[in-house]
Amino acid sequence: MASATPPQVLDKSFNREWFNAFIRKYAIVLIFIAMFVAMTFLTDAFLQPRNLFNVVRQISVVGLIAIGVTMVIITTGIDLSSGSVLALAAVFAASLAQQPDWHDAKYPGLVVPVIVPIVVALAIGLLCGAINGGLIARFKIPPFIATLGMMTVARGFALIYSNRPVSGLTDTYNFIGQGEILKVIPIPGQPPLGIPIPIIILAVVAIGAHIMLNNTRFGRHIYAIGGNEQAALISGLNVGRIKIGVYAIAGLLSGLAGLVLSSRVGSGQAGLAVGYELDAIASAVIGGTSLSGGIGTIWGTIIGALIIGVLNNGLDLLNVSAYWQTIIKGSIIVVAVIIDERKNR
Amino acid sequence: MSESDILLIENISKSFPGVKALSDVNLSVHRGTIHALMGENGAGKSTLMKILDGIYTPDSGQITFQGQPVTIDNTHKALKLGISMIHQELSPIPYMTVAENIYLGREPLSRFGMIDKRKLNANTKALLNLLEININPTSLMKDLSVANTQMVEIAKAISYDASLIIMDEPTSAITEREVAHLFGMIRSLKAKGVTIIYITHKMDEVFQIADDITVLRDGKHVATVPATQTNKVRLIMMMVGRELTEMFPKEVAPIGEVVLSVHNLTRAGVVEDVSFDLRRGEILGIAGLMGAGRTTVIESIFGIHKINSGEIIIKGKKTQINSPADAIKNGLALLTEDRKLTGIMGVLPVRDNMMIASLPNYEKRGFLNGRLIEATYKQEKSRLDIKSPSMHQLIKLLSGGNQQKVLVSRWLLTSPDILILDEPTRGIDVGAKAEIHRLMSKLAQEGKAIIMISSELPEILGMSDRILVMHEGKVGGIFERKDATQESIMQAATGHGLDAHARQEEMTI
Repeated sequence: MASATPPQVLDKSFNREWFNAFIRKYAIVLIFIAMFVAMTFLTDAFLQPRNLFNVVRQISVVGLIAIGVTMVIITTGIDLSSGSVLALAAVFAASLAQQPDWHDAKYPGLVVPVIVPIVVALAIGLLCGAINGGLIARFKIPPFIATLGMMTVARGFALIYSNRPVSGLTDTYNFIGQGEILKVIPIPGQPPLGIPIPIIILAVVAIGAHIMLNNTRFGRHIYAIGGNEQAALISGLNVGRIKIGVYAIAGLLSGLAGLVLSSRVGSGQAGLAVGYELDAIASAVIGGTSLSGGIGTIWGTIIGALIIGVLNNGLDLLNVSAYWQTIIKGSIIVVAVIIDERKNR
Repeated sequence: MSESDILLIENISKSFPGVKALSDVNLSVHRGTIHALMGENGAGKSTLMKILDGIYTPDSGQITFQGQPVTIDNTHKALKLGISMIHQELSPIPYMTVAENIYLGREPLSRFGMIDKRKLNANTKALLNLLEININPTSLMKDLSVANTQMVEIAKAISYDASLIIMDEPTSAITEREVAHLFGMIRSLKAKGVTIIYITHKMDEVFQIADDITVLRDGKHVATVPATQTNKVRLIMMMVGRELTEMFPKEVAPIGEVVLSVHNLTRAGVVEDVSFDLRRGEILGIAGLMGAGRTTVIESIFGIHKINSGEIIIKGKKTQINSPADAIKNGLALLTEDRKLTGIMGVLPVRDNMMIASLPNYEKRGFLNGRLIEATYKQEKSRLDIKSPSMHQLIKLLSGGNQQKVLVSRWLLTSPDILILDEPTRGIDVGAKAEIHRLMSKLAQEGKAIIMISSELPEILGMSDRILVMHEGKVGGIFERKDATQESIMQAATGHGLDAHARQEEMTI
């Protein structure tokens, strides 16, 4: 208070500092808002509720994977196997959810409650993830290699299990990916719109993951390992077990994403989700997760996924060719990392 | 500068954040001599030599080499001037051959710009033959023993045809036979007019090989004397002979029963047969030169390294410690030597850094309780006087002293009975240092048992109730506080405990 410096100078410097800190922290949100506004003005269809729900529905699968991948990257790891694990879980789950009288049924006449394919998909995901974690933690295989192996192995098993699409799925199963609840959002001239189940699944998982990362011992251990693995070990953390847990969760979420995707498209296919792991990694990185570990948030990753989703959707609406879309997407990812590097300097 | 000097160093100063490594150092080296450079850990020997090698640039001062004033910006420039250096830490490229390592960056090329492997190997063979080193030029570096790796480094330094070769503790990794071989090489280099600066801790070597000896202490030049006009005792006095200027407030604490007993701890090749007791309320100082095995001893106790034999008895119970988690469960805490490498988690906030080892304390029904965490942070902040704007501040943005206090707090929050502090005040400012010393006294009074490793003799002497001196992986001696002097510790650390007779002899000189 008794400073000799004129108050307005103090205020200015304070404001600038505050402003810089704000920009640094929320740069990615601002970019998202800017894109959102731009798409709104550039196209008529973008702001339609149905289209916006479509965007979120589309990102829900990548979003689920990206949440797991974010945790993995926070530990300085990587997971390349999520797309393949998703497909493996999807074909197994779908084969247990076919209509019993379907002409091409894998198990003709089989009737099981819908919980069975759900549990099977989650279990397959969990198992694949735990194997990844075991290879990394116990056999000291670099995460890149271990999950690259799992990527091809899981895809191979998916192809062996079903060399053609497993379709004719029950309505109950398809409800997971196609259903809506709370059909109350009014749309002029059309039946009211509800909230799609995949969006609810994504929201629940994202909130759960956020709470886990910030408010549980396990979550803080994940950050600690990424911040300095050696220090974490000396602080008494069971680094190996924590890593296995993280990869297992990432696998579990891939399995969940397999349920959502197969039920949304109404069939389980071994060729599902090729390259989704890269979109998931991109979402995490755009959202500020640092590949050097210790830094990353779930909300950042969701924004990252939304940016990719809005970009895909907007460029489609603008009739930009698919080839240009890949170029634009790739450039944005690189620019995001450059911004991130500068931020951490 | 006289004609006979190859190198003249004038008023060289160099500071690192928080430390003045060299202040106004002057040194002249005669052409064609072997000049030994001695001093305690942290005396500034390596810093001075790294300035000559172009790795550091001095803050001020002048270097004159071969009669010309020079600035040495990088190692390349040093080599061009004719200065090459053998570093203390070996840095071989493991999956390349001996020849490729020696001639890295100056490989002989064939007409088409490809590496002429035949010539490369032939040159290497000739070089190794000349030096009578029996190593195959096409072996991979990773297949060589440590001693042979060291010999390759030496051959590499010689291969530059330098007129000045700096050797930073070249014998730390080799056996006696190879030392003799190395000394032969050094003498024949000297015969060819090459000048050698030889850094070592080993008294024997100095008197075997050196013409002149320079002693540095606390970044200052103490003396340069011809080897024939001095002796071990005088050298040790010169190396440690400083006043205890700082006050170390080890206060009297009641010393209780033995809480930790280590029997014949051995880790092959590094630590041999180390035994000691630690009592409640006691501060046990561990002194010794770099590489004497101090850190390995305590890291083995803490479950970081496997031990080959020996037992650890905690509060009368033989205890198996396989991991740091086991150690913590048994009431141990370890503040590691390298704050950055094994201590802080730089990109994480102060809160995580402080509480990572004690998270179960803040759990309620499976979730971390924010209020409890904040209360703990506030309590620790005022207890240790940690200067941090908030618990969300990234720890890497704090000063070294405050980072260290956060780490001390990390361990105190685990409520340990036995606190092991490895160089607890290295690289932190005087104020924080004094606070950590005060805290250590207080903890001892509260009944904690403390082990402190330090390379600073005044700190060891000021803080310790007893002092264990390590020498080449073994216990070189254990001194009671009242019996310990800088000289006696330095002698135990260098393996030159002088008997009464020798001391008598010195007195009469």
